[in-house]
Amino acid sequence: MPGRPPAGAVPETVTAGADPIPATAAGRAPSRRPLNPRRATFWALSLPAWAILLSLIVVPLLFMFGLSFRPDLRGDLLAPFNPTLDHYRQVVETASWWRQLGLSTLMAAIVALVATAVAFPLAYFLAFRAGRRAGLYLILLLVPFWTSYLLRVMAWKLMLGTEGVINSSLAFLGVIDAPLDALLYNRNAVVITLIYVWIPFATLPILAALGRIDVRLHDAAADLYASPWQQLRRVTLPLAIPGLAAAFLMVFIPTVGEYVTPLLVGGSGGTMYGNIIQDFFLRAANWPLGSALSMIMLVVTMVLVVIGLRVVQPRRLLGV
Amino acid sequence: METQVGRSWRGLRLPALPGFYWLLIGLLYLPIVLLAVFSVNANTSLTLPLRGFTLQWFERLFETPALLTAVKNSLIVATASSLAATALGTMVAILLSRFNFRGRGLLTGLAILPLIVPYVVLAVALLVLFTVIGIDRSLVTIALAHTVVAVPYTTLIVLARLIGAEPQLEDAAMDLGATYPGTLRLVVLPMAAPAIASAWITAFTVSFDEFALALFLAGREQTFPVYLIGQLRFATTLPVLIATAVLLMIGTLTLILVADRIRRR
Repeated sequence: MPGRPPAGAVPETVTAGADPIPATAAGRAPSRRPLNPRRATFWALSLPAWAILLSLIVVPLLFMFGLSFRPDLRGDLLAPFNPTLDHYRQVVETASWWRQLGLSTLMAAIVALVATAVAFPLAYFLAFRAGRRAGLYLILLLVPFWTSYLLRVMAWKLMLGTEGVINSSLAFLGVIDAPLDALLYNRNAVVITLIYVWIPFATLPILAALGRIDVRLHDAAADLYASPWQQLRRVTLPLAIPGLAAAFLMVFIPTVGEYVTPLLVGGSGGTMYGNIIQDFFLRAANWPLGSALSMIMLVVTMVLVVIGLRVVQPRRLLGV
Repeated sequence: METQVGRSWRGLRLPALPGFYWLLIGLLYLPIVLLAVFSVNANTSLTLPLRGFTLQWFERLFETPALLTAVKNSLIVATASSLAATALGTMVAILLSRFNFRGRGLLTGLAILPLIVPYVVLAVALLVLFTVIGIDRSLVTIALAHTVVAVPYTTLIVLARLIGAEPQLEDAAMDLGATYPGTLRLVVLPMAAPAIASAWITAFTVSFDEFALALFLAGREQTFPVYLIGQLRFATTLPVLIATAVLLMIGTLTLILVADRIRRR
């Protein structure tokens, strides 16, 4: 991670004042002593936390970064090798991969946009209209999200497939002779399935943002004879923007790296960028090229997330 | 729609709003109801019309050793990874809420990073790491990956509780002569216990349902989602899988509702 302090930047100075508590003179002095219990506790918590997080998150990404410059997988993987940019060159020159990356980003953006748009009225209903039952209604909405992702996708297949519920009931009723096959195994099926599974989750950050709106602002707008739609446009929506942006991001990030949903409902026409990476690791066994493809996905996602976080302002949303 | 002067604001009075909510609830529950119906339908193919009630799929489930092993593996992985992620998340949350130190922002970023890195990238990176340092793919590698992806959730859940807590209790304990580790153990941890329990259950369900990482990191022993993906193409086993799914769904829901109840305490 360029631009960030190296691993050695593990905290060296500890001030005794806990963050929410202002440091007192009494609490400050002992912290300078080497074996202060508070300082010892700090290190006992810090060292394992940093060690585990660095070795399971940062180190793997660095290894992947390194592997993407390796000519091939032959020989000892820890031995030095002549770094090559061949894989990146191959990625840059393969137009179909770029198109796939663009398409996956577009699919993820559509999924996130539609899921957010559908979630907004739901969150609005829960925040302002549901009253005392809001908690119950929220749980009711979230239960489907908590049930197995794979099984919900499988259930969609049951409904959309050529022998699925929609087709077999239409055939049973005599509406159609041959099953409709446009419902499954294409790009649209992937997008629709993903929108469907993410709607409950997208409601949460919007609900959090709406819940933080001071209701007196709405009262004031109403007192000043703003029409309900003006209130929505001038008061509710502007204040909900961090929540809407958070919902968009929370759906977009996992969706852009999807490879399992396309496997299940996408067929050959509905593959995403993640499927290319998966192929190079689990089938073609060209790991260096796969690593280069992963690095590109990582960089693209990071850039989009950094842009997104400027809009979300997570601190404002969490109220900390 | 009347303008509401002089009384507390109650939102847009659109009758379509509750209707929209209930329509989506219907759409969201339809597949789940279908799964439940087909788990007791006496027909191997999942088509209408229904062929009558049976419990044979549930009986068959207990006679399929591969399936039971996969479920057992998932339970092992979820237990181990959720315990590790909860311990780690609690440590990070205590550090972030009770100490000022250089690298605080970096630690926050590190604990949240798994939410931002696409799972396929994280899976690739971990696979490369484990291969390079010579660790074979097994339940252990899956559990390590699941620990990583659960840490953001456990950290945020415990952190929310610790930030919201009143610091006076800890001050009082220290004033009364408790050591700092003693204060953590006797005041801070018990106070955060509901959040810690809720974090653990969240981490457990995250792991139990996870397949994007597990597909890359599974060796010969499969977790249930990995087994499920492998079996989905065989139509004959589908009713048994659905029956298993229904049982697991009931289990997961119970856990989550318990977690929710605990967190609200």
